[in-house]
Amino acid sequence: MPDADPALTVRDLTVAYNEEPVLWDIDWTVPAGTLTGIVGPNGAGKTTLLQAILGIETPAAGQVRIFGQSYEAARDRVGYVPQRGSVDWDFPTDALDVVLMGLYGRLGWIRRPGAEEKEEAHAALEQVGMADYADRQISQLSGGQQQRVFLARALVQEADLYFMDEPLQGVDATTERALFDLLRTLQQRDCTVVAVHHDLQTVPEYFDRVLLLNVRRIASGPVEEVFTEENLRRTYGGRVGFLRKNESPISDSASAPNRKEESRA
Amino acid sequence: MSLPQIEIQLVATVVAVACALPGTFLVLRRMGMMSDAISHAILLGIVVGVFIVGTLHSPLLIVAAALTGLLTAALVETINSTGQVKEDAAIGLVFPVLFSIGVILIAKFAGDMHLDTDAVLLGELAFAPFNRLTAFGLDFGPRALWTMGGVLVLNALFLALFYKELKLATFDPGLAASLGFRPRVLHYALMGLVSLTAVSAFDAVGSILVVALMVGPPMTAYLLSDRLEWMISLSAAFGVLNAIAGYWGAHLLDVSIAGTMATTTGLVFGLVLLGAPERGLIAQWRRTRRQKWQFAVKMLAIHLRQHENTPEAARECQVDHLQEHLNWDGPFAERVVERAVSRGSVRRENGHLRLTDEGREVAQEAATQT
Ligand SMILES: Nc1ncnc2c1ncn2[C@@H]1O[C@H](COP(=O)(O)OP(=O)(O)OP(=O)(O)O)[C@@H](O)[C@H]1O
Ligand SMILES: [Mg+2]
Repeated sequence: MPDADPALTVRDLTVAYNEEPVLWDIDWTVPAGTLTGIVGPNGAGKTTLLQAILGIETPAAGQVRIFGQSYEAARDRVGYVPQRGSVDWDFPTDALDVVLMGLYGRLGWIRRPGAEEKEEAHAALEQVGMADYADRQISQLSGGQQQRVFLARALVQEADLYFMDEPLQGVDATTERALFDLLRTLQQRDCTVVAVHHDLQTVPEYFDRVLLLNVRRIASGPVEEVFTEENLRRTYGGRVGFLRKNESPISDSASAPNRKEESRA
Repeated sequence: MSLPQIEIQLVATVVAVACALPGTFLVLRRMGMMSDAISHAILLGIVVGVFIVGTLHSPLLIVAAALTGLLTAALVETINSTGQVKEDAAIGLVFPVLFSIGVILIAKFAGDMHLDTDAVLLGELAFAPFNRLTAFGLDFGPRALWTMGGVLVLNALFLALFYKELKLATFDPGLAASLGFRPRVLHYALMGLVSLTAVSAFDAVGSILVVALMVGPPMTAYLLSDRLEWMISLSAAFGVLNAIAGYWGAHLLDVSIAGTMATTTGLVFGLVLLGAPERGLIAQWRRTRRQKWQFAVKMLAIHLRQHENTPEAARECQVDHLQEHLNWDGPFAERVVERAVSRGSVRRENGHLRLTDEGREVAQEAATQT
């Protein structure tokens, strides 16, 4: 169902940790039915932006509207895939149980998932090719498999708008393609997908629209308009080798500025 | 067994299970230290409570103490959110301050009050049967059994009702918040229960044992469980085991019950840490060893395969030569060959080593893996 309202409108959003602004005056609109990428260096505030939109972090200022409503009112229409490293994979539980968590919102307080929910979770695991791993303890899954479980968990939410924090992180090339096809399928079902992405080379291929972020919004809009070398340089501080379309790509690593990802993991 | 003996064990068991339930979530949230902080800080609440109501026997004391527990949790979170110190350091900063204020207040203004620090730290389970609940001229058993029974029921009820919410908020607080499950409210509810449990328990068993019982059994259970339900049940079971074993240990050695219970808790944890089938140290050690041998056999297979059907095969494919080529010492090379033979990867043929078909497969597989 096409919405008259944009899937997401962010106005004047500012978020600070200890008086230190990590997001500054963000204005951003995501039209419904699009596949939007967020790119920016480590520490640019990508995760913080998603968390502020989802009410996990409280913004210092600004407004967020989802399909024209407040987040609380539109909560049921939103799905979320956090960064894989944000949870403890040694937690005593199995893959199916993690997927079931996606249904907790629909169940509400106190009610527990039953047979019907388990079936849905199984179906979602099947969609991401993980049906055989349903009762595997989650610490015994590979990084890519954990990522798929997270995606399956988002799928069962049956949301209209998905926020995904690096859903393709740590997966091999074949898996990346398969997962990406899944995002396309979602889009064909009129879902809107917003995903943080780290590989600049695949941005034009994967996304319709892009937000370039580094504390401030550097640019946002259709990929062919805003995903330019000039904008990328402004986002990444001039350290990016990136060529325009139709020329061979030479950028080997886009996320050079401060690679804290490794040390964090 | 005499009636007081049974009663002491009952009280100990109920305390242990009541502590294990919220303790499981503390351990999973890596907040075990929080039980330490809260069980000490509540002293301040008790002292202030005594100043206000003027007696040691009022339910208001429990409320005051539980509030101090929440205050501790809030202070820790405030310090933590400045991002300047880590959570455990924040905990270490907060509770000694609150605890010492409590101690100073007692020393200064309540010297005559029955609240000595020994009792605070170790409690005295042995006296539990003497403090009885009587009503309508009837004896209903030790008072501690009733208080702790009530706390146990409350904890169990909370876990049963909010099991799914607690699990989600512990595993993935981000998703919990985005789904509207208020992880912060759950956090404070849990801290409230920890405080309440600690206050009620410390009268009977003292604050050291409260910490041991909240952290020990869940940590032990964690090493043995793949599922949360399992971990909770095992925590409770280990709690009971520690309580009973601790009691009989104290009985045999004629020492403090709380002390032996805490020691048993440590011992049981140590044993499980060594012997747990998957996560235990011995299992890990054996896994590494097995991998070492498997790797050696693979190396051998690859080596033999390389020189198979070559002119120098006669020289290369001898046990003696392996020392030179693979940098193995003699006895080690001999043992690797023995293993390879017993697994059917290698055959000995008058002094020479030959790969079997199986061995060739091993070599092939290893070569494609790297
Ligand atoms: N809980 C927190 N407390 C204090 N500072 C934080 C907190 N979370 C993030 N920050 C800071 O906010 C900034 C933005 O962080 P954020 O995680 O949003 O970056 P990101 O763009 O998602 O980076 P990455 O690519 O590494 O995931 C960083 O400088 C980070 O250090
Ligand atoms: Mg991030």
